[in-house]
Amino acid sequence: MNKLILLLALTLTGAQADESHFRLKEATGKNLVSTKCITCHSLDYISMNANILDRKGWETEVGKMIKAMGANINTDEAAAIVDYLSKNYGRSEGAH
Amino acid sequence: MLNVPIRMVLLLSVLAAQALGSPMLKHTYRPPNHETPIEDFNQVFTPADKFFVRYHLSYIPKIVLKDWRLTVGGEAAGKSVTFTAAQLKHDFKQIEIVALAFCSGNRRGLVQPHVAGVQWGYGAMGNARWRGVRLKDVLARAGLKPEAIEVVLDGADGPVNEKTPDYQKSIPLSKALDDDTIIALEMNGKPLSQNQGFPARLVVPGWTATYWVKHLITIDAVSKPFQGFWMKTAYRIPKGKFPALEGHWTSQETATNTPITEIAVSSLITHIQPDRHEHVLVGHPVQIKGLAWDGGHGIAKVETSSDGGKSWHLAALGKDYGRYSWRQFTYEFTPEQPGPFSIMTRATNTAGMTQPTELVPNPGGYHHNLVQSVQLTADASGAHE
Repeated sequence: MNKLILLLALTLTGAQADESHFRLKEATGKNLVSTKCITCHSLDYISMNANILDRKGWETEVGKMIKAMGANINTDEAAAIVDYLSKNYGRSEGAH
Repeated sequence: MLNVPIRMVLLLSVLAAQALGSPMLKHTYRPPNHETPIEDFNQVFTPADKFFVRYHLSYIPKIVLKDWRLTVGGEAAGKSVTFTAAQLKHDFKQIEIVALAFCSGNRRGLVQPHVAGVQWGYGAMGNARWRGVRLKDVLARAGLKPEAIEVVLDGADGPVNEKTPDYQKSIPLSKALDDDTIIALEMNGKPLSQNQGFPARLVVPGWTATYWVKHLITIDAVSKPFQGFWMKTAYRIPKGKFPALEGHWTSQETATNTPITEIAVSSLITHIQPDRHEHVLVGHPVQIKGLAWDGGHGIAKVETSSDGGKSWHLAALGKDYGRYSWRQFTYEFTPEQPGPFSIMTRATNTAGMTQPTELVPNPGGYHHNLVQSVQLTADASGAHE
């Protein structure tokens, strides 16, 4: 079988399969992020906003999930989640 | 190693995808937020399987039609009445209208500096023939009290966390009683697809799709401004920034902001990809194709520039499918000199509104309707021959 076609096919079926193809980066806080965030939404919400939100932006988003959306996340957990997201998916300072 | 049947399935899926054009751009999976690729906009009616999908919340039930009921009532209604799909189809006048469903956040991903939210490109919109019954006819069966000021809409989808606010929207009574506001059960001649809100969704022509509530189950007339999160906090534009588009919806306005309502006038080149930097030939005609739309005043003209905005030329408008439909346009020109150049389009509606060249910043990243500029390069004739 043509390797290119196989590759295309795998990409396509991967894209159609489910949300599980997106993997969070390995770092402190990853498990907390995976357990808390996936209760309500797929983790591609994180990659979609990667390099767009800085630490303050991630703080606002996590705060919104808790205050407006009622996410079950305590203060310590929120700090750890913001830390993980800004370190691994944050926009670098000065960049847009 | 893959066995043969699986290989065959994979191969067939590739062939199927090629036959259908580009796949949808999937921003998120749960809930699904999918965007239409630009090449699928080269048609008047967007097919259901290429129509953008927008959900806020992850509980999305598969409704069985025989079990579905639409309940119409509320504290500002005379009584509560319930309808089956068959009753809606047989007991009411059927209305068909062509209208553009346009996501408030369309093009948010192009806003600089970036704004949080679904990072939509150009494709969070679609045009379709919607068929169903007038909301005002259905409301009349429940009877409206004089104190009714808004109508609240709720779909069967909802949050997976009980503390998350359910997706509910309201519209002012004037819009609810508008002849063009319908409860649609069909799209492009077929029952609504699951992703488009089976079995019924509200269609509010001219207004952004946040009000086009899907999987509709409850309609309540109310005498006080609806306070839900998706009205009071989300989908708001700063007051005074978009004066021509402000609805002066007094029951929902605050001192600083107001709900987004009307779709801003805009246009899109549909057969040239904005970021591919395609090449054309000097001396050979180039046809520009695109779409123009607004919030229901109707498109008056589309102008095109091939010299960076110095001179503008009228494009030819395609068939008019009604003032809520988008309008196709074409413009042909012949590049005379080699080198890079840009094609720009600018739509103007019958109310005189046109597209700006500078973005109006707002927290939601809404109303991105900047004049689009697509870069091309003209190669000397003969270079490729």
